[in-house]
Amino acid sequence: MSDKKKEALEAEIRTYVGKPIGPPVTGRDPVNEPMIRQWCDAMGESHPAYLDAATASDTVHGEIVAPPTMLQAWIMEGWEMHEGYDEPKNEQHRLHKLLNDNGYTGVLGTNTEENYTRYLKLGETVTALTVIDSISEEKATGAGIGYFITTVTTFTNQDGEDLGNMSFRVLRFKPADGGASQAASDGGGEAAVAQKPSRIKPPYGHDNGWWWEKVAEGDCLPIQRCADCGKLRHPPRPMCDACGSQNWDSIEASGKATLHTFTVIHYPQFPGYEYPIISAIVDLEEGERMASTIVECAPEDVSIGMALEMLIQEDEDGFKIPFFKPAS
Amino acid sequence: MPTTLHNEAAIAGIGQTAYSKNSGVSELSLATECVRKAIDDAGIEPSEVDGLVTYTMDSSDEVEVARTVGIGDMTFWSQVNYGGGAAVGLVAHAAMAVATGAAKNVVVYRALNGRSGQRMGQGVSGNIISSDLIHWSWYMPFGLLTPASWIALQAQLYMHKYGATSEHLAHVAITQRKHAQNNPNAAMYGKPMTMDDYMNSRMVCEPLRLFDCCQEDDGGCALLITSPERAKDMKQKPAVIRGVTQASFEGQEQMTSFYRDDLAALPEMELAAQRVYEMSGLSAKDIDAACLYDAFTPEILMQLEAFGFCGKGEAKDFVTEDSLTIGGALPNNTHGGLLSEAYMHGVNNLAEGVRLIRGESCNQPEGVEHVLVTSGVGVPTGAVIFGQD
Repeated sequence: MSDKKKEALEAEIRTYVGKPIGPPVTGRDPVNEPMIRQWCDAMGESHPAYLDAATASDTVHGEIVAPPTMLQAWIMEGWEMHEGYDEPKNEQHRLHKLLNDNGYTGVLGTNTEENYTRYLKLGETVTALTVIDSISEEKATGAGIGYFITTVTTFTNQDGEDLGNMSFRVLRFKPADGGASQAASDGGGEAAVAQKPSRIKPPYGHDNGWWWEKVAEGDCLPIQRCADCGKLRHPPRPMCDACGSQNWDSIEASGKATLHTFTVIHYPQFPGYEYPIISAIVDLEEGERMASTIVECAPEDVSIGMALEMLIQEDEDGFKIPFFKPAS
Repeated sequence: MPTTLHNEAAIAGIGQTAYSKNSGVSELSLATECVRKAIDDAGIEPSEVDGLVTYTMDSSDEVEVARTVGIGDMTFWSQVNYGGGAAVGLVAHAAMAVATGAAKNVVVYRALNGRSGQRMGQGVSGNIISSDLIHWSWYMPFGLLTPASWIALQAQLYMHKYGATSEHLAHVAITQRKHAQNNPNAAMYGKPMTMDDYMNSRMVCEPLRLFDCCQEDDGGCALLITSPERAKDMKQKPAVIRGVTQASFEGQEQMTSFYRDDLAALPEMELAAQRVYEMSGLSAKDIDAACLYDAFTPEILMQLEAFGFCGKGEAKDFVTEDSLTIGGALPNNTHGGLLSEAYMHGVNNLAEGVRLIRGESCNQPEGVEHVLVTSGVGVPTGAVIFGQD
């Protein structure tokens, strides 16, 4: 895209910031028992305050109330949603279509935050007003370059009383992989789960693969040792820089260490990592130094020289990696 | 045959493209534009150029550039490794070629779509790197994925050890931003910065804020190196190389030399300092201006110490509101540097060093006899001292 074309696109998308996506939308049905029951069935919710009138009469509410997390369900538009954005029906659709038509064909929901003011009572009607709150600068993400779009929805009842609010953020992007990720997000379900990002893995080469295997198999932190002169070395390398020997074995580190230096990483944020990250250089008791991550410690409690102990972190995908935490 | 590179070569031409966030052209186009401009600046013909040097990271091969620009026969070319650490190495290689007769007129260049193409600040990931993937893999799984994160580890320790604070880093950033206000080619031209702006910029990798970090830009920058004798017959006043060296120190890694005794120092820069001072017969007090590599502000403090402008741990007292500008102890990066002019991987800092010798900087101090320019910090690097003909 040329500079001019991009400037024009950016100028146009900025005009959407602050706009309501359309007039307020009122739920098709008032808060009612059958829908509460269906929602609870679908979600596996079994609390009697939502389901059993007799028990509910003894609660502080005195009657059946709706689960707070159901808030958005009352205003959902139903089957019409499947028709997509080809014929934009509101400002949000128009914004997405504009980006789609300019090559930002991918869309990923990134995060949502909901606040509930109170429980909803039977018979109340819910009205929602959604505003396009912000559009980020163009960002390069693991999925591709694109814009984060945040909408904020406020919920009120028939008397204008505040019921809660919700912010919802999506990434509209140009797929970096030529559309494979888009296919996955369209397909949803298993494909989307398979795409869940994880930390960048080391390649397993001759000089380093054994180290990661020992971490995984032995739940330990290995240190390479020259088999001839006994000098330790980390990160592993194929030759001893003291005696020139290519023979080596390894020892298991005690896991005791002190913090040499650290940084709290906020940006840029890569998929598969949780931020902020406390990344560190630690001095192992055995004398070698290694890069790692500090966990189970607030960033403000980290200090150079603090005593640490190793733990093996196992990621959701089964990858094991030695981290450190404050010594107990 | 010379035994050193003292007064054996000179910079006789500089060329640069516009610096932008989206060039809209190929990197080869940027490379050939800046190379051609450097040749024109020197006032010679492309056919008189017989050598080219660039970065291993550059995507425009020497013969592609030669053929496009109309450079004919070549007898010397090379590429220098290690990102921004290569900058001075380009000059060192070219000077060696000129001094030995391997080539007569060598152009060195770096051109990149550093913002619209592959972005440095995005760090490393599996599909970008190849042979040194294992090296990076000791850091990537732990979240250490970007240059800012690697430098932050060193900066944190340096500040802890010597008591340097964000204010000291701010003086570096604000001074260079001020310089850029007189440089229409700078990305930060027309965008002055206050202490509040600096302090309110977001934390990237503690202790580094956004404005402690250089930018990402598209563009190209080139220099023409020849013998001091030939330079006399060319168009511009030459910047004579008083001393130049590459420098890698024991235990060196690329951005991750975390295994040395003292992480709050730059021993490769100390080696570079010792070499260029010895070769030139000069010392810190003879340096009238500098372009110290400035990918991140703490690097300036540590280099001031490595090059002897102050003692170890004393850079925080050296760096004030006005010590690094005209009239100060050491005018530094008078064009804005990588922080505020453009991230041309250090070649633009070399070009500014030449302008300072010519007396043509947009922030020209008076009576500049000698200028020190350095390349990348945290990587195998180098330093050069330019002098008057």
